[in-house]
Amino acid sequence: MKTLALIGVVVAVLAAVPLVIHSNVALNFLIVTLLVALAGQGWNVLGGYGGQYSFGHAAFFGTGAYVTAILQVRYGVNAWVGFGLGIVGGALVGAVIGALTFRSGLRGSYFALVTLAFAEVLRIVASVAPITGAGVGTLMKLDLRPQALQFESRAVFYWVILALVAVVLVVTHLIERSRFGAWLVAVRENEDAAVALGVNAFKIKLQAMTVSAAITAAAGCFYVQYFLFVDSGIGYGTWISIEALLTPIIGGVGTLFGPLVGAIVVKSLGETAKLVTGDAPGLDLIFYGAVLILVIWLTPRGLIGGLTVLKKWYLRRLVPRRPLVSDARHG
Amino acid sequence: MLSFDILVPAVFNGLAMGAIYALVALALTLIYGVLHIINFAHGALLSMALFAAFFAFHLFGIDPYIVVFLLAPLFYAFGYALQRFIIGPVSRGDDRNMLLVTLGLAVFIENALLNVFRADTRTIDAAYAFQSVDFGFAFVVVPRIVAFFAVFVVAAALWLLLSVTDIGKAIRAVAKEKLGAELVGIDVAHIYAVTFGLGTACVAIAACLLIPTYYVNPHAGEAFVLIAFTIVVLGGMGSVLGALIGGFLIGVVESLSGLFFGESLGQIGIFLLFIFVLLVRPSGLFGARA
Repeated sequence: MKTLALIGVVVAVLAAVPLVIHSNVALNFLIVTLLVALAGQGWNVLGGYGGQYSFGHAAFFGTGAYVTAILQVRYGVNAWVGFGLGIVGGALVGAVIGALTFRSGLRGSYFALVTLAFAEVLRIVASVAPITGAGVGTLMKLDLRPQALQFESRAVFYWVILALVAVVLVVTHLIERSRFGAWLVAVRENEDAAVALGVNAFKIKLQAMTVSAAITAAAGCFYVQYFLFVDSGIGYGTWISIEALLTPIIGGVGTLFGPLVGAIVVKSLGETAKLVTGDAPGLDLIFYGAVLILVIWLTPRGLIGGLTVLKKWYLRRLVPRRPLVSDARHG
Repeated sequence: MLSFDILVPAVFNGLAMGAIYALVALALTLIYGVLHIINFAHGALLSMALFAAFFAFHLFGIDPYIVVFLLAPLFYAFGYALQRFIIGPVSRGDDRNMLLVTLGLAVFIENALLNVFRADTRTIDAAYAFQSVDFGFAFVVVPRIVAFFAVFVVAAALWLLLSVTDIGKAIRAVAKEKLGAELVGIDVAHIYAVTFGLGTACVAIAACLLIPTYYVNPHAGEAFVLIAFTIVVLGGMGSVLGALIGGFLIGVVESLSGLFFGESLGQIGIFLLFIFVLLVRPSGLFGARA
């Protein structure tokens, strides 16, 4: 209940932002930040709670974006329906990749490698297949009507992506509290032990990957509704695989608010870097690489993990420690 | 039906290219065999070495085959420092952290190169780049032949180092049983760094062999290393022999599938093979560990 209230407060505060800030540049920045946060929330379900580090979440992001765009452009499907089917498409890709990789027992570095390879295969296919527009990409028609899921005001786009982030926050919270979530964490901490205790690790990981893929695909669907364009480098490019894992790891891997905090920190840093030194290519990514290494070095559980440690340390200094049995034994 | 005159040169060129793949894969597999990490910064390091070789030629006119004797020790030192002062201390031995640190390094190095040198693709024009030797049934350009034999020299040197010298014995001891090695007084952090340095030096040598017939841009190494991953997985993680054979095999497969299906689909062939091997036999053809 306490956590749900916290989610409510955070979302309410964020929802009020467009009432104060009207600048299109600022709103665009916030929308992209929430977009990356959403992709990271997807990664966090599988990587953070399940301990399966994917280096290829672009596979789901791109599928979401392409399915949404192609259904509308080529088959005249309604945007809302296209959006939903994009999520379903991403989830399916996640289920297939998950079934193949987990069935062969791939873990750790192997899992990272094979997800990377799947994303690369999809990128190459998308860059030559006629249905994706090959090298040219797919351009969507400008149609600023709510039924086409396009809005004149950036603020509405902002509220849409915020709503998606909010829904995923609640879903993630429910996963955290569910039996499924407990099993997932057990698999992360020690898969062999979890299996020995009767957890069906394959099923749990597969379910987590499907949910994870669906969430990241939703970010892809939103991307194409907002920017009205996708090509193989955007949809299946490594940039989104990296940002999807960067945000939860920097914010706090396996924590509810980790991806959101991470996205805000990472995107602010990137923008500041650009402002200070001009828009040089690759500069924001140089910062991301450095921040990633620094965070792992200083606080392996991310910024939220770091705060928790600080809080404990602070409390320990304030509240005199009661002697524990183990303390007594060790003197 | 394709004629013999086209197939044979394709196989020969594939073998020559495969030699360089084998060298890059050898470095990956060495690092994996000892540190048990997949080095995601491998591609970025290769790009970096390609740039170094390019500018040595472009600015100072030093031939890649001469500058290799400078770059290999330099990159050894760089790799040593990377592992000793960044990867090791930052990851504290945790597998997932090592994965992320090498990824962070890759992103950092690649984009630093992009920032400084931009995305332009550069090539050098060495006088011998297009001279070819007639084998009677096939023409092969000189740099490819040099690369082919150089890789065998490097592999032999590496084998000698690992099997005869004290440091080689220490490396093998750490690869087999880290705790035991530590107990008999081997400085594991040092050995890790030496191994990483050796791998990085191999990458520098590969770059010098590659640059006369290849190109350089900040992402040149990335494409190359995905192929090297395939080879390592195919040959079995940590298997030196597997890396060599896998390298030649992939070189020929790439050359032939490029001939039959065209450039970009040829690439897909390699990835599909990669995924297939990972799914069906993750221990590779020569790997012992599952």
